[in-house]
Amino acid sequence: MFDVNKIRKDFPMFNEYAFGKNGKKTVYLDNAATTFKPYSVIEACDKYYKEESVNAHRGDYDLAYKVDTKVDEVREKIAKFINAKKIEVVFTSGCSMSMNLIAFGYGFKFLKSDDEILLTEAEHASNVLPWFKVSELTGAKIRYIPLTKEGKLTPENLKKVMNEHVKVVSVAQVTNVLGFKNDIKELSKIAHEYGALLVCDAAQSAPHMKIDVKDLDCDFLCASAHKMCGPTGIGLLYGKYELLKKVDPFMTGGGDNARFDMCGNVAYLEPPAKFEAGTMNLAGIYGFGAAIDYLNSIGMDNIERYEAELHDYAISKLKTIKDLIIYNETADSGIITLNYKGVFAQDEASYLNSKGICVRSGEHCAKLLKDVLKTPATVRVSLYFYNTKEDIDALYEALKNGGNFLDAYFN
Amino acid sequence: MPISISPQMMREIIMDHYNNPINKKVPSNIADYKKIRMDSDSCIDDITIYLKIENDKIVDACFDGIACTISTASTDILCELIKGKTKEEAFYITEQYKNMIYEKEFDENALDELIVFINTHKQAARIKCATLGSTGIDAILNGNDDK
Repeated sequence: MFDVNKIRKDFPMFNEYAFGKNGKKTVYLDNAATTFKPYSVIEACDKYYKEESVNAHRGDYDLAYKVDTKVDEVREKIAKFINAKKIEVVFTSGCSMSMNLIAFGYGFKFLKSDDEILLTEAEHASNVLPWFKVSELTGAKIRYIPLTKEGKLTPENLKKVMNEHVKVVSVAQVTNVLGFKNDIKELSKIAHEYGALLVCDAAQSAPHMKIDVKDLDCDFLCASAHKMCGPTGIGLLYGKYELLKKVDPFMTGGGDNARFDMCGNVAYLEPPAKFEAGTMNLAGIYGFGAAIDYLNSIGMDNIERYEAELHDYAISKLKTIKDLIIYNETADSGIITLNYKGVFAQDEASYLNSKGICVRSGEHCAKLLKDVLKTPATVRVSLYFYNTKEDIDALYEALKNGGNFLDAYFN
Repeated sequence: MPISISPQMMREIIMDHYNNPINKKVPSNIADYKKIRMDSDSCIDDITIYLKIENDKIVDACFDGIACTISTASTDILCELIKGKTKEEAFYITEQYKNMIYEKEFDENALDELIVFINTHKQAARIKCATLGSTGIDAILNGNDDK
């Protein structure tokens, strides 16, 4: 049974620290940026620091063995969570590092000047800027798959721009501004027909829905733990093993090689170890494992179902506010992007802050704003499974008077 | 301007300078101006400030770009206030303004309409907005403009 009130008791941010400005309860609706952590995750991180605070990688004593075992266990857990093999899961610092690892370790290594990289204009910076660098270094061209009027990516539109020069198609499974879910399985199929790879940015999807990399048939996939109740500074990169073997390490150093000599000969370890140079965020890995356990205990299907229900409830209420513009009513996720007529997004977000409501205001890339949003900036509300109808009601009450945003400045 | 003006009046002044800024424009003879682009690192404000300085005197001040109400209105008022002032006089104004924003003692007489931002400290997240213009103006006057 999914019981949101019971779930909230698992989070210190709702229990011990739930009081924001003027004693008002904090309503946290910026979950696309990061999520709160349950006690179990914090305790797992603490366990590393308090009880097993030694380094991983072939330690000669019991404690080090424990850490190695734990890292291995968590890798296995993550693999199961996305239906991958354990050796296909690489620990990174998060989605940005995962994307950079693919861009530099694969893109920079293999792309040539007549190759093309396909992105969309709804991608997050971390799925755009690393590819800009690859383009700068290799001469490969970046092209954008056209979006529909609503800002959606469709398989038909991918087909329109696919050609034999395309080597990489890199897209989000759920986009971070409009919150539409892309059909990665179908997109992978199309990319593969032309011999291109499909890179899936799962930062906004992995926290909210079941991921099955075998079914999606994507070649690489990235996610960040902190957006899924886990610690900051830890994330994952999935890659098909044969591909991971071809990818160069993005960082080199201790722990990723079997041996080297001073003449420049290096024998790198096999993936995933070859990508994990240096001392990793071990406490983060402990916490990531606990986050996966926590999400599994609630059930990804339950999470997805509840969030959809909450999203529909929010839309039905917010729609009744005359001067509110909602840009993505039909989004398949908990992301609601809006503006109050005549109010600059940041002013609205500041006003909501004065009511104890945390949301994000943001600007968007030129094309997305011109063709789809027709505004330079929006307010983004993003839900998670621990949000309640009361949170939505508080948002609704505040937005009803959203035009009086300067109230915040004078009260 | 007396400090006792009502919140309603303050609100109207801010909204007026936001909706109808007097100094929001790109100068036509842009080569005569020193400029600085102020991208806030913590929010979406992105404005460019232009100052025309002749013999130590600011003969024109304007700005352009996308920014929130607080940034836009405060920069607009600041531009108006420093026009015709010497560098030293302009520095005095920005200094008094920052003193007010950071709740230190300040010379109210130097601030004119800028007094409407006296409540900024109540919303800490807006301090960056309220000081985006003054920080940019100081940078240009100190010779740290975009060359």
